[in-house]
This record gives sequence, C-alpha cells and structure tokens, in this order.
Amino acid sequence: MSLDEWVLAFHVLSAFAFFGGLVLFWVLIVAGRNADTPDDTLRMEPVAKVGNAAVGVGAGGTLLLGIWLALSYGGYDLWDGWIIAAIVLWIASAAVGSRTGVEYIKPLHKARELSEAGQTGPSAELLALNRTQRGVVLHGASSLLALAILVVMIWKPGA
Amino acid sequence: MTGVLAAIRPDDWNFPLLVHVLGAMVAFGAVLTGASTLAFARGSAQQLRLGYWTLLLVGLPSWVVMWLGGHWIYSKKGLVARPIDSAWTTIGFAVAEAGGVLFVIGLILGGIGVRKLDADGGRGLLKATMALSLIVLAGLVVAAWAMAAKPD
Repeated sequence: MSLDEWVLAFHVLSAFAFFGGLVLFWVLIVAGRNADTPDDTLRMEPVAKVGNAAVGVGAGGTLLLGIWLALSYGGYDLWDGWIIAAIVLWIASAAVGSRTGVEYIKPLHKARELSEAGQTGPSAELLALNRTQRGVVLHGASSLLALAILVVMIWKPGA
Repeated sequence: MTGVLAAIRPDDWNFPLLVHVLGAMVAFGAVLTGASTLAFARGSAQQLRLGYWTLLLVGLPSWVVMWLGGHWIYSKKGLVARPIDSAWTTIGFAVAEAGGVLFVIGLILGGIGVRKLDADGGRGLLKATMALSLIVLAGLVVAAWAMAAKPD
C-alpha cells in the first residue's frame, strides 16, 4: 500500500469517528430528556467524553487528511468545486457543532453546581437545560451538514 | 484492478454506496455508544438499559441497512455473477456477516441480562454484550480501513 492509500484509509476512518460521535450525542440527547437529577446528568459525562474525542479526532482527521489527499492524489485539486464545497460544509458543521457543545455543557455545569450544594433531588431547571430545544436544532443542523459532506464525497459533483 | 474499478464506479452506484456507508457509520456510532455506555455504567441499571437499547434500536437496524446497501452494490452490474475476488471484499463480507452473528449473540445475551436487571442480576451478561460490542467495533474499524484502502 502506498502512503496515499494509508492516508485515504485514515481519512475514511476519521469520517467514521466523526459520524460515530454525532450518533453518540443523539443517543445522549434523547436519554438526557428524562434526566432531572445531578446524578443522572453527571453519569453521562464519561460517555460524552468518548463522543468529544470521536468528533474531535474525526473532524480534524477528515479535514487535514482530506487536504493532503487533494494535494497529493492525481486528478484532484484543492480548488475543485466539490472539494471547496466539502471544506465550506466542514467549517459550517464545526461552527454549528461548537455552539451545540455550548448548549449541552450548561446542564453539566448546573448539575455540578447542584451536587456541590448538596441538592441531589430532581430539579426543574436542570431538566429544562437537558431538554434544550436550541441544542436539538443545532445538533440536527450539524448532522445534516455532515450528511451533506458525505453526499459530496460520494457524488463528487463536477469531478 | 479493484481499486481502479472502485475509483471509476458508475454514477448509479452512488446511492447504494451512500446507503451502505451511512448504515455502516451509524452502526459504528451505535456500537461505540452502546459499548461506552455499558462500560461506564458502574452498575447503574438505567445506564445498562440505555447501552443495551442503543445497540438494539440503533445498532441492529443500521447494521441491516449497511448489509443491504453492500449487497445492493454487489448485485449491480452483475458482480454476483462476476465477483470481485479481493481481500477487501472478503474482509467486508467477513465483518458484515461473522461480525453480525457476534453482534446478534451480544444482543441476545444482553436482552436476557436486561430482563434480569429488575431482580438485581444480569450484569455479567451485559458485560459479555459490552465485550462482544468492542470486538464488533474493532471489526468495523478493520472493515472501514479495508473498504477505503482496498488491499488486493
């Protein structure tokens, strides 16, 4: 196998990690809708860390290795329309994804605050933070942008 | 040869490929989520149930979608009659089918485990589900590598 083939393999594996992380956060979003105590909220934190690692490594890997491939692979250039479209979609997805993270860090902070104050029972405020509508919309948008990148990668319009 | 064939695939393979890849990516995410949730449950019945139901309700359907998408591509243009005889397709089929069997065994064990949670049992069975999920996850990584790198 050539270096480019290894880079392509890790580019695809990065995409799997990125999508895997998005799926993980969908599960946590749905599960979190019933979490009204600090314990229920904080219990998900280690799983969320796995998701953060998957999205971080996946997003970084897809972009950096994708740029490498565009520059190195014969027949493709960085300024090809479909590659520019994919990079623009990636930037939009990353921007929306970071705003999603801000929404879902709020219940974790609140849960820690309640826990440190010795309040272990149900909290309406915590439940409302876990049920953030804005967070769901942002994660939905981020997922659709990721799906659009996948469509562009497969169809390669204009290539 | 197979790499060239994949690089110049006809446009009408794109949608089945999207179905296959998207199914595989969601299956990967579901197995990652299920295994992580089971691993970090620390005995919490609620979290053990979440891990199991993620594998069953997200992982299993997406696995089927991945498998169907793969067979859809394979059946196009008569590839069933003229099979692509290469390591990467062999790895893909091995993971989809042998891995699928392991995944279903894990789901059966986990299903029994979840039923026993009410009686404060079943945690060992769910650990077995987690272990099988990690093996399946490793298989999916190898399959994704093989599908992309296409070793002969």
